[in-house]
Amino acid sequence: MIKFTNVFKAFPKGGLALKDVSFHIAKGEFVFLTGHSGAGKSTVLRLVYAEEPVTSGEVRVSGFNLAELRHRDIPMLRRRLGIVFQDFRLLEDRTAEENVAFALEVTGARRASIPARVMRVLTQVGLAAKAQAYPRELSGGEQQRVAIARALVNEPTVLLADEPTGNLDERATRGVFQLLRDINASGTAVVMATHDLDLVRQAPYRVIELQEGALVYDSGVDEPRDQAATP
Amino acid sequence: MNLVIREALLAFRRAPLLSTLSVTTIAFSLFVVGLFGLVAVNLQQALRDVAERVEIVAYLLPGTPIETITIAQKDIEAFPEVQAATYVSEDQALRRARSELVEFRDVLQELERNPLPASIEVKLNPRFRDAEHVNDVAERLRGFGFVDDVRFGRDWVEKLDRLRQIAAAVGLVVGAAFAAVAIIIIGTTIRMAVLQRSREIAIMRLVGATDGFIRRPFLLQGALKGMLGGLVAIGLSFGAYALINRWLIHAEFFSQEQAVAIVGFGMLIGFFGSAASVGRHLRRV
Repeated sequence: MIKFTNVFKAFPKGGLALKDVSFHIAKGEFVFLTGHSGAGKSTVLRLVYAEEPVTSGEVRVSGFNLAELRHRDIPMLRRRLGIVFQDFRLLEDRTAEENVAFALEVTGARRASIPARVMRVLTQVGLAAKAQAYPRELSGGEQQRVAIARALVNEPTVLLADEPTGNLDERATRGVFQLLRDINASGTAVVMATHDLDLVRQAPYRVIELQEGALVYDSGVDEPRDQAATP
Repeated sequence: MNLVIREALLAFRRAPLLSTLSVTTIAFSLFVVGLFGLVAVNLQQALRDVAERVEIVAYLLPGTPIETITIAQKDIEAFPEVQAATYVSEDQALRRARSELVEFRDVLQELERNPLPASIEVKLNPRFRDAEHVNDVAERLRGFGFVDDVRFGRDWVEKLDRLRQIAAAVGLVVGAAFAAVAIIIIGTTIRMAVLQRSREIAIMRLVGATDGFIRRPFLLQGALKGMLGGLVAIGLSFGAYALINRWLIHAEFFSQEQAVAIVGFGMLIGFFGSAASVGRHLRRV
Protein backbone atom coordinates (compact mmCIF):
# COMPACT_ATOMS: atom_id res chain seq x y z
CA MET A 1 0.00 0.00 0.00
CA ILE A 2 2.60 2.54 1.16
CA LYS A 3 6.20 1.43 1.07
CA PHE A 4 9.27 3.54 1.89
CA THR A 5 12.64 1.98 1.12
CA ASN A 6 15.77 3.83 2.26
CA VAL A 7 14.18 7.19 1.65
CA PHE A 8 16.21 10.37 1.97
CA LYS A 9 14.77 13.81 1.59
CA ALA A 10 16.96 16.89 1.49
CA PHE A 11 15.72 20.34 2.49
CA PRO A 12 15.95 22.79 -0.39
CA LYS A 13 18.50 24.84 1.57
CA GLY A 14 20.60 21.90 2.69
CA GLY A 15 20.29 19.39 5.49
CA LEU A 16 18.16 16.28 5.56
CA ALA A 17 14.46 16.20 6.36
CA LEU A 18 14.41 12.41 6.19
CA LYS A 19 17.34 10.07 6.68
CA ASP A 20 17.15 6.54 5.41
CA VAL A 21 13.51 5.91 6.28
CA SER A 22 11.99 2.50 5.47
CA PHE A 23 8.60 1.11 6.41
CA HIS A 24 5.66 -0.64 4.89
CA ILE A 25 2.03 0.12 5.66
CA ALA A 26 -0.42 -2.57 4.63
CA LYS A 27 -3.94 -2.24 3.33
CA GLY A 28 -6.47 -1.40 6.03
CA GLU A 29 -3.87 -0.61 8.69
CA PHE A 30 -4.10 2.27 11.19
CA VAL A 31 -0.71 3.85 11.79
CA PHE A 32 0.32 6.70 14.05
CA LEU A 33 3.22 8.78 12.82
CA THR A 34 4.69 10.44 15.89
CA GLY A 35 7.59 12.65 16.78
CA HIS A 36 8.32 16.22 17.80
CA SER A 37 7.60 19.16 15.57
CA GLY A 38 10.08 19.12 12.71
CA ALA A 39 10.84 15.41 13.13
CA GLY A 40 9.69 14.74 9.58
CA LYS A 41 6.09 13.54 10.04
CA SER A 42 4.63 16.01 7.57
CA THR A 43 7.49 15.38 5.16
CA VAL A 44 6.62 11.68 5.08
CA LEU A 45 3.01 12.54 4.26
CA ARG A 46 4.02 15.11 1.66
CA LEU A 47 6.15 12.51 -0.09
CA VAL A 48 3.22 10.08 -0.05
CA TYR A 49 0.89 12.48 -1.82
CA ALA A 50 3.65 13.61 -4.17
CA GLU A 51 3.70 17.20 -3.01
CA GLU A 52 7.47 16.91 -2.96
CA PRO A 53 9.86 14.63 -4.82
CA VAL A 54 11.99 12.03 -3.07
CA THR A 55 15.70 12.88 -3.00
CA SER A 56 16.78 9.23 -3.00
CA GLY A 57 15.29 5.87 -2.16
CA GLU A 58 11.97 4.47 -3.27
CA VAL A 59 8.41 5.38 -2.37
CA ARG A 60 5.54 3.26 -3.60
CA VAL A 61 1.95 4.29 -2.99
CA SER A 62 -1.09 2.35 -4.08
CA GLY A 63 0.72 0.84 -7.05
CA PHE A 64 2.51 4.04 -8.12
CA ASN A 65 6.29 4.26 -7.99
CA LEU A 66 6.63 7.93 -7.14
CA ALA A 67 10.09 8.27 -8.66
CA GLU A 68 8.58 7.42 -12.03
CA LEU A 69 5.39 9.41 -11.53
CA ARG A 70 4.92 12.05 -14.21
CA HIS A 71 3.62 15.44 -13.18
CA ARG A 72 0.35 14.87 -14.97
CA ASP A 73 -0.23 11.58 -13.17
CA ILE A 74 -0.12 13.19 -9.72
CA PRO A 75 -3.89 13.92 -9.77
CA MET A 76 -4.56 10.22 -10.44
CA LEU A 77 -2.51 9.30 -7.36
CA ARG A 78 -4.30 11.85 -5.20
CA ARG A 79 -7.71 10.60 -6.20
CA ARG A 80 -6.81 7.35 -4.46
CA LEU A 81 -5.82 9.20 -1.30
CA GLY A 82 -7.82 11.23 1.17
CA ILE A 83 -5.91 14.06 2.81
CA VAL A 84 -6.83 15.92 6.00
CA PHE A 85 -4.93 18.78 7.61
CA GLN A 86 -4.72 20.48 10.96
CA ASP A 87 -6.12 23.69 9.45
CA PHE A 88 -9.01 21.92 7.64
CA ARG A 89 -8.38 23.76 4.34
CA LEU A 90 -12.02 24.28 3.49
CA LEU A 91 -13.19 26.85 0.97
CA GLU A 92 -14.75 29.60 3.07
CA ASP A 93 -17.19 30.73 0.43
CA ARG A 94 -18.79 27.33 -0.07
CA THR A 95 -21.14 25.38 2.16
CA ALA A 96 -20.15 22.08 3.77
CA GLU A 97 -22.02 20.28 1.02
CA GLU A 98 -20.33 22.30 -1.73
CA ASN A 99 -16.91 21.75 -0.19
CA VAL A 100 -17.42 18.01 -0.33
CA ALA A 101 -19.03 18.08 -3.78
CA PHE A 102 -16.06 20.12 -5.03
CA ALA A 103 -13.76 17.12 -4.55
CA LEU A 104 -16.04 15.06 -6.76
CA GLU A 105 -16.52 17.74 -9.39
CA VAL A 106 -12.82 18.32 -9.93
CA THR A 107 -12.30 14.64 -10.58
CA GLY A 108 -14.96 14.66 -13.26
CA ALA A 109 -17.52 12.55 -11.40
CA ARG A 110 -20.91 12.14 -13.03
CA ARG A 111 -23.01 15.18 -12.08
CA ALA A 112 -26.14 13.24 -11.26
CA SER A 113 -24.32 10.99 -8.80
CA ILE A 114 -22.78 13.82 -6.78
CA PRO A 115 -25.59 14.89 -4.37
CA ALA A 116 -26.25 11.37 -3.12
CA ARG A 117 -22.57 10.61 -2.62
CA VAL A 118 -22.05 13.89 -0.78
CA MET A 119 -24.97 13.27 1.56
CA ARG A 120 -23.75 9.77 2.25
CA VAL A 121 -20.33 10.89 3.48
CA LEU A 122 -21.78 13.87 5.36
CA THR A 123 -24.06 11.41 7.14
CA GLN A 124 -21.08 9.17 7.81
CA VAL A 125 -19.22 12.00 9.56
CA GLY A 126 -22.39 13.04 11.41
CA LEU A 127 -22.94 16.39 9.67
CA ALA A 128 -25.90 15.72 7.41
CA ALA A 129 -27.93 18.32 9.30
CA LYS A 130 -25.35 21.02 8.67
CA ALA A 131 -24.86 20.43 4.94
CA GLN A 132 -25.93 24.00 4.14
CA ALA A 133 -23.68 25.65 6.72
CA TYR A 134 -20.62 27.65 5.76
CA PRO A 135 -17.31 26.80 7.46
CA ARG A 136 -17.46 29.96 9.60
CA GLU A 137 -20.76 28.75 11.03
CA LEU A 138 -19.22 25.45 12.14
CA SER A 139 -17.08 24.59 15.14
CA GLY A 140 -13.49 23.40 14.65
CA GLY A 141 -14.52 19.79 15.15
CA GLU A 142 -17.33 20.14 12.66
CA GLN A 143 -15.05 21.78 10.11
CA GLN A 144 -12.63 18.89 10.46
CA ARG A 145 -15.50 16.49 9.90
CA VAL A 146 -16.34 18.31 6.66
CA ALA A 147 -12.69 18.00 5.64
CA ILE A 148 -12.79 14.29 6.44
CA ALA A 149 -15.99 13.90 4.45
CA ARG A 150 -14.29 15.62 1.52
CA ALA A 151 -11.32 13.24 1.87
CA LEU A 152 -13.63 10.23 1.95
CA VAL A 153 -16.00 11.10 -0.84
CA ASN A 154 -13.68 9.73 -3.53
CA GLU A 155 -13.50 6.43 -1.62
CA PRO A 156 -9.75 6.46 -1.05
CA THR A 157 -7.78 3.42 -0.07
CA VAL A 158 -5.70 5.49 2.37
CA LEU A 159 -6.61 8.47 4.49
CA LEU A 160 -3.65 10.68 5.35
CA ALA A 161 -4.24 12.93 8.34
CA ASP A 162 -1.63 15.52 9.28
CA GLU A 163 -2.25 16.53 12.92
CA PRO A 164 -6.01 16.37 12.34
CA THR A 165 -6.74 17.14 15.98
CA GLY A 166 -4.03 19.77 16.43
CA ASN A 167 -6.50 22.66 16.42
CA LEU A 168 -9.29 20.97 18.36
CA ASP A 169 -10.30 20.90 22.01
CA GLU A 170 -10.33 17.63 23.87
CA ARG A 171 -13.95 16.76 23.19
CA ALA A 172 -13.70 17.49 19.47
CA THR A 173 -10.40 15.58 19.39
CA ARG A 174 -12.06 12.51 20.79
CA GLY A 175 -14.91 12.78 18.32
CA VAL A 176 -12.65 13.18 15.28
CA PHE A 177 -10.37 10.39 16.44
CA GLN A 178 -13.34 8.07 16.89
CA LEU A 179 -14.47 8.99 13.39
CA LEU A 180 -11.05 8.06 11.99
CA ARG A 181 -11.21 4.75 13.85
CA ASP A 182 -14.65 4.06 12.38
CA ILE A 183 -13.37 4.86 8.92
CA ASN A 184 -10.47 2.48 9.47
CA ALA A 185 -12.85 -0.19 10.74
CA SER A 186 -14.69 -0.05 7.46
CA GLY A 187 -11.49 -0.94 5.59
CA THR A 188 -9.71 2.30 4.76
CA ALA A 189 -6.08 2.52 5.84
CA VAL A 190 -5.39 5.58 8.02
CA VAL A 191 -2.02 7.24 8.52
CA MET A 192 -2.28 9.84 11.23
CA ALA A 193 0.57 12.17 12.07
CA THR A 194 0.23 13.45 15.63
CA HIS A 195 2.27 14.47 18.62
CA ASP A 196 -0.65 13.86 20.98
CA LEU A 197 0.72 10.90 22.94
CA ASP A 198 -2.47 10.54 24.98
CA LEU A 199 -4.27 9.74 21.80
CA VAL A 200 -1.59 7.29 20.74
CA ARG A 201 -1.86 5.45 24.07
CA GLN A 202 -5.64 5.20 23.80
CA ALA A 203 -5.58 2.82 20.87
CA PRO A 204 -3.67 -0.34 20.11
CA TYR A 205 -2.43 0.84 16.75
CA ARG A 206 0.95 0.67 15.16
CA VAL A 207 3.27 3.57 15.96
CA ILE A 208 6.07 4.86 13.76
CA GLU A 209 8.23 7.43 15.49
CA LEU A 210 10.55 9.86 13.79
CA GLN A 211 13.34 11.88 15.35
CA GLU A 212 15.21 14.49 13.39
CA GLY A 213 14.28 12.82 10.17
CA ALA A 214 15.23 9.30 11.19
CA LEU A 215 12.86 6.46 11.96
CA VAL A 216 13.64 5.57 15.57
CA TYR A 217 10.76 3.28 16.45
CA ASP A 218 8.25 1.17 14.62
CA SER A 219 5.94 -0.99 16.69
CA GLY A 220 4.99 -2.84 13.54
CA VAL A 221 8.38 -4.55 13.30
CA ASP A 222 9.59 -7.10 15.81
CA GLU A 223 12.67 -5.29 17.00
CA PRO A 224 12.59 -1.60 17.73
CA ARG A 225 15.61 0.09 16.19
CA ASP A 226 16.23 2.33 19.15
CA GLN A 227 15.20 1.19 22.57
CA ALA A 228 15.61 4.66 24.04
CA ALA A 229 12.83 6.01 21.90
CA THR A 230 10.21 3.51 22.96
CA PRO A 231 7.24 5.45 24.25
CA MET B 1 -17.55 22.39 -19.80
CA ASN B 2 -20.66 23.20 -17.86
CA LEU B 3 -18.63 23.25 -14.67
CA VAL B 4 -15.94 25.41 -16.27
CA ILE B 5 -18.50 28.08 -17.16
CA ARG B 6 -20.11 27.88 -13.75
CA GLU B 7 -16.78 28.19 -11.93
CA ALA B 8 -15.71 31.06 -14.16
CA LEU B 9 -18.94 32.96 -13.52
CA LEU B 10 -18.95 32.15 -9.82
CA ALA B 11 -15.60 33.88 -9.52
CA PHE B 12 -17.31 37.15 -10.47
CA ARG B 13 -19.89 36.64 -7.75
CA ARG B 14 -17.44 35.46 -5.11
CA ALA B 15 -15.00 38.30 -5.62
CA PRO B 16 -17.12 41.11 -7.06
CA LEU B 17 -14.73 43.85 -5.95
CA LEU B 18 -11.64 42.28 -7.42
CA SER B 19 -13.49 41.34 -10.60
CA THR B 20 -14.79 44.87 -11.03
CA LEU B 21 -11.32 46.19 -10.35
CA SER B 22 -9.80 43.89 -12.99
CA VAL B 23 -12.38 44.83 -15.58
CA THR B 24 -11.92 48.53 -14.80
CA THR B 25 -8.14 48.25 -15.00
CA ILE B 26 -8.35 46.39 -18.29
CA ALA B 27 -10.89 48.93 -19.56
CA PHE B 28 -8.71 51.94 -18.75
CA SER B 29 -5.57 50.31 -20.13
CA LEU B 30 -7.37 49.56 -23.36
CA PHE B 31 -8.96 53.02 -23.28
CA VAL B 32 -5.49 54.57 -23.39
CA VAL B 33 -4.59 52.30 -26.28
CA GLY B 34 -7.91 53.18 -27.87
CA LEU B 35 -7.39 56.93 -27.48
CA PHE B 36 -4.03 56.63 -29.10
CA GLY B 37 -5.63 54.52 -31.79
CA LEU B 38 -8.17 57.29 -32.39
CA VAL B 39 -5.39 59.82 -32.79
CA ALA B 40 -3.62 57.50 -35.21
CA VAL B 41 -6.78 56.81 -37.18
CA ASN B 42 -7.55 60.50 -37.52
CA LEU B 43 -3.99 61.47 -38.34
CA GLN B 44 -3.93 58.85 -41.05
CA GLN B 45 -7.20 60.08 -42.43
CA ALA B 46 -5.89 63.64 -42.46
CA LEU B 47 -2.77 62.52 -44.29
CA ARG B 48 -4.87 60.62 -46.77
CA ASP B 49 -6.96 63.72 -47.37
CA VAL B 50 -3.82 65.71 -48.02
CA ALA B 51 -2.35 63.01 -50.23
CA GLU B 52 -5.59 63.12 -52.19
CA ARG B 53 -4.26 66.37 -53.63
CA VAL B 54 -1.08 64.81 -54.97
CA GLU B 55 -1.41 65.37 -58.69
CA ILE B 56 0.92 65.51 -61.64
CA VAL B 57 0.09 67.95 -64.41
CA ALA B 58 1.64 67.45 -67.85
CA TYR B 59 1.32 70.64 -69.95
CA LEU B 60 1.02 69.95 -73.64
CA LEU B 61 2.63 71.73 -76.56
CA PRO B 62 0.11 73.89 -78.44
CA GLY B 63 -1.36 72.27 -81.54
CA THR B 64 -1.02 68.67 -80.39
CA PRO B 65 -3.70 66.70 -82.27
CA ILE B 66 -6.53 65.45 -80.10
CA GLU B 67 -6.14 61.87 -81.45
CA THR B 68 -2.55 61.74 -80.19
CA ILE B 69 -3.66 63.02 -76.85
CA THR B 70 -6.45 60.45 -76.56
CA ILE B 71 -4.04 57.58 -77.29
CA ALA B 72 -1.47 58.98 -74.83
CA GLN B 73 -4.17 59.39 -72.20
CA LYS B 74 -5.03 55.67 -72.56
CA ASP B 75 -1.33 54.78 -72.23
CA ILE B 76 -0.96 56.88 -69.12
CA GLU B 77 -4.03 55.37 -67.53
CA ALA B 78 -2.47 51.97 -68.09
CA PHE B 79 0.48 52.86 -65.81
CA PRO B 80 0.12 50.73 -62.69
CA GLU B 81 0.58 53.80 -60.47
CA VAL B 82 -2.11 55.82 -62.16
CA GLN B 83 -5.67 56.03 -60.95
CA ALA B 84 -6.98 58.52 -63.54
CA ALA B 85 -5.66 60.73 -66.32
CA THR B 86 -7.90 63.64 -67.27
CA TYR B 87 -7.47 65.78 -70.36
CA VAL B 88 -8.05 69.48 -69.81
CA SER B 89 -8.30 71.50 -73.06
CA GLU B 90 -7.20 75.12 -73.40
CA ASP B 91 -10.79 76.31 -73.18
CA GLN B 92 -11.52 74.25 -70.09
CA ALA B 93 -8.36 75.60 -68.50
CA LEU B 94 -9.47 79.16 -69.14
CA ARG B 95 -12.97 78.59 -67.82
CA ARG B 96 -11.54 77.02 -64.71
CA ALA B 97 -9.16 79.91 -64.25
CA ARG B 98 -12.00 82.39 -64.57
CA SER B 99 -14.09 80.70 -61.94
CA GLU B 100 -11.26 79.90 -59.51
CA LEU B 101 -9.08 82.98 -59.80
CA VAL B 102 -11.76 85.53 -59.02
CA GLU B 103 -9.30 88.38 -58.40
CA PHE B 104 -7.98 88.07 -61.98
CA ARG B 105 -11.41 87.79 -63.53
CA ASP B 106 -11.16 91.15 -65.29
CA VAL B 107 -7.77 90.39 -66.74
CA LEU B 108 -8.93 87.01 -67.92
CA GLN B 109 -12.10 88.47 -69.46
CA GLU B 110 -10.16 90.91 -71.56
CA LEU B 111 -7.82 88.40 -73.14
CA GLU B 112 -7.94 88.22 -76.90
CA ARG B 113 -6.11 84.97 -77.11
CA ASN B 114 -6.17 82.11 -74.57
CA PRO B 115 -2.64 81.90 -73.09
CA LEU B 116 -3.31 78.74 -71.12
CA PRO B 117 -1.97 75.41 -72.43
CA ALA B 118 -3.93 72.19 -72.56
CA SER B 119 -2.87 69.59 -70.01
CA ILE B 120 -3.29 66.02 -68.78
CA GLU B 121 -3.91 65.82 -65.03
CA VAL B 122 -2.71 62.57 -63.56
CA LYS B 123 -3.98 61.25 -60.25
CA LEU B 124 -2.10 58.38 -58.64
CA ASN B 125 -3.47 55.36 -56.79
CA PRO B 126 -3.42 55.98 -53.04
CA ARG B 127 -0.46 53.74 -52.31
CA PHE B 128 1.73 55.44 -54.93
CA ARG B 129 1.27 58.97 -53.63
CA ASP B 130 4.87 59.40 -52.45
CA ALA B 131 7.86 61.31 -53.77
CA GLU B 132 9.54 58.33 -55.40
CA HIS B 133 6.57 57.23 -57.47
CA VAL B 134 5.50 60.76 -58.27
CA ASN B 135 9.00 61.49 -59.63
CA ASP B 136 9.01 58.29 -61.55
CA VAL B 137 5.66 58.94 -63.24
CA ALA B 138 6.62 62.57 -63.94
CA GLU B 139 9.78 61.35 -65.63
CA ARG B 140 7.82 59.00 -67.84
CA LEU B 141 5.36 61.77 -68.75
CA ARG B 142 8.28 63.96 -69.85
CA GLY B 143 9.16 61.24 -72.33
CA PHE B 144 6.07 62.00 -74.44
CA GLY B 145 7.12 64.24 -77.36
CA PHE B 146 4.13 66.56 -77.08
CA VAL B 147 4.61 67.23 -73.37
CA ASP B 148 6.03 70.67 -72.80
CA ASP B 149 6.45 70.62 -69.02
CA VAL B 150 5.53 68.51 -66.01
CA ARG B 151 4.65 70.00 -62.60
CA PHE B 152 3.88 68.27 -59.34
CA GLY B 153 5.07 70.35 -56.40
CA ARG B 154 8.19 68.35 -55.58
CA ASP B 155 8.88 70.03 -52.21
CA TRP B 156 5.38 69.54 -51.08
CA VAL B 157 5.28 65.85 -51.93
CA GLU B 158 8.60 65.31 -50.17
CA LYS B 159 7.35 67.07 -47.05
CA LEU B 160 4.24 64.93 -47.10
CA ASP B 161 6.46 61.87 -47.34
CA ARG B 162 8.44 62.96 -44.33
CA LEU B 163 5.28 63.68 -42.36
CA ARG B 164 3.98 60.24 -43.16
CA GLN B 165 7.23 58.59 -42.05
CA ILE B 166 7.18 60.48 -38.78
CA ALA B 167 3.54 59.60 -38.18
CA ALA B 168 4.22 55.93 -38.89
CA ALA B 169 7.30 55.79 -36.64
CA VAL B 170 5.62 57.62 -33.78
CA GLY B 171 2.52 55.50 -34.20
CA LEU B 172 4.52 52.31 -34.07
CA VAL B 173 6.72 53.24 -31.10
CA VAL B 174 4.07 54.95 -29.00
CA GLY B 175 1.44 52.40 -29.96
CA ALA B 176 3.77 49.53 -29.01
CA ALA B 177 4.63 51.26 -25.73
CA PHE B 178 0.97 51.77 -24.86
CA ALA B 179 0.14 48.21 -25.82
CA ALA B 180 3.05 46.92 -23.71
CA VAL B 181 1.90 48.97 -20.72
CA ALA B 182 -1.63 47.65 -21.17
CA ILE B 183 -0.34 44.07 -21.34
CA ILE B 184 1.74 44.52 -18.18
CA ILE B 185 -1.08 46.15 -16.21
CA ILE B 186 -3.65 43.61 -17.33
CA GLY B 187 -1.21 40.76 -16.65
CA THR B 188 -0.66 42.05 -13.12
CA THR B 189 -4.39 42.37 -12.51
CA ILE B 190 -4.97 38.83 -13.62
CA ARG B 191 -2.07 37.64 -11.51
CA MET B 192 -3.83 39.18 -8.50
CA ALA B 193 -6.97 37.23 -9.31
CA VAL B 194 -4.95 34.03 -9.47
CA LEU B 195 -3.12 34.75 -6.20
CA GLN B 196 -6.40 35.59 -4.51
CA ARG B 197 -7.52 32.09 -5.32
CA SER B 198 -4.22 30.32 -4.63
CA ARG B 199 -5.75 28.61 -1.59
CA GLU B 200 -8.53 27.26 -3.71
CA ILE B 201 -6.04 26.13 -6.34
CA ALA B 202 -4.01 24.33 -3.66
CA ILE B 203 -7.13 22.54 -2.43
CA MET B 204 -8.14 21.60 -5.95
CA ARG B 205 -4.76 20.00 -6.47
CA LEU B 206 -4.98 18.13 -3.19
CA VAL B 207 -8.25 16.51 -4.12
CA GLY B 208 -6.84 15.42 -7.46
CA ALA B 209 -7.83 18.08 -9.97
CA THR B 210 -5.70 18.05 -13.11
CA ASP B 211 -3.83 21.20 -14.12
CA GLY B 212 -6.07 21.51 -17.15
CA PHE B 213 -9.17 21.41 -15.00
CA ILE B 214 -7.79 24.12 -12.71
CA ARG B 215 -6.68 26.26 -15.62
CA ARG B 216 -9.82 26.28 -17.75
CA PRO B 217 -12.10 28.46 -15.58
CA PHE B 218 -9.26 30.99 -15.25
CA LEU B 219 -8.78 31.15 -19.01
CA LEU B 220 -12.48 31.64 -19.60
CA GLN B 221 -12.66 34.21 -16.84
CA GLY B 222 -9.61 36.04 -18.19
CA ALA B 223 -11.07 36.15 -21.68
CA LEU B 224 -14.41 37.36 -20.30
CA LYS B 225 -12.76 40.11 -18.26
CA GLY B 226 -10.70 41.13 -21.26
CA MET B 227 -13.80 41.25 -23.42
CA LEU B 228 -15.78 43.28 -20.87
CA GLY B 229 -12.80 45.60 -20.43
CA GLY B 230 -12.56 45.98 -24.19
CA LEU B 231 -16.26 46.84 -24.48
CA VAL B 232 -15.99 49.42 -21.69
CA ALA B 233 -12.88 50.84 -23.37
CA ILE B 234 -14.79 51.23 -26.64
CA GLY B 235 -17.56 52.97 -24.71
CA LEU B 236 -15.08 55.33 -23.04
CA SER B 237 -13.36 56.00 -26.35
CA PHE B 238 -16.70 56.79 -27.92
CA GLY B 239 -17.44 59.23 -25.10
CA ALA B 240 -14.08 60.92 -25.62
CA TYR B 241 -14.66 60.98 -29.36
CA ALA B 242 -18.10 62.53 -28.93
CA LEU B 243 -16.66 65.27 -26.70
CA ILE B 244 -13.80 66.01 -29.09
CA ASN B 245 -16.17 66.04 -32.02
CA ARG B 246 -18.52 68.43 -30.30
CA TRP B 247 -16.04 70.88 -28.81
CA LEU B 248 -12.78 70.58 -30.69
CA ILE B 249 -12.49 69.18 -34.17
CA HIS B 250 -14.43 67.00 -36.50
CA ALA B 251 -12.92 63.57 -35.96
CA GLU B 252 -13.53 60.03 -37.06
CA PHE B 253 -14.35 57.05 -34.85
CA PHE B 254 -13.11 53.49 -35.22
CA SER B 255 -14.53 51.40 -37.97
CA GLN B 256 -16.47 48.36 -36.80
CA GLU B 257 -13.47 46.15 -37.56
CA GLN B 258 -11.15 48.34 -35.50
CA ALA B 259 -13.56 48.30 -32.56
CA VAL B 260 -13.82 44.52 -32.78
CA ALA B 261 -10.00 44.37 -32.93
CA ILE B 262 -9.72 46.32 -29.65
CA VAL B 263 -12.20 44.03 -27.89
CA GLY B 264 -10.40 41.05 -29.39
CA PHE B 265 -7.07 42.42 -28.18
CA GLY B 266 -8.56 42.65 -24.66
CA MET B 267 -9.81 39.09 -24.88
CA LEU B 268 -6.46 37.80 -26.08
CA ILE B 269 -4.53 39.58 -23.33
CA GLY B 270 -7.06 38.30 -20.79
CA PHE B 271 -6.76 34.77 -22.09
CA PHE B 272 -3.00 34.59 -22.46
CA GLY B 273 -2.38 36.65 -19.32
CA SER B 274 -4.43 34.12 -17.39
CA ALA B 275 -2.69 31.22 -19.08
CA ALA B 276 0.71 32.65 -18.13
CA SER B 277 -0.29 33.49 -14.56
CA VAL B 278 -1.99 30.19 -13.79
CA GLY B 279 0.73 28.27 -15.57
CA ARG B 280 3.41 29.94 -13.50
CA HIS B 281 1.42 29.44 -10.35
CA LEU B 282 0.84 25.76 -11.06
CA ARG B 283 4.50 25.17 -11.80
CA ARG B 284 5.54 26.84 -8.60
CA VAL B 285 3.23 25.14 -6.09
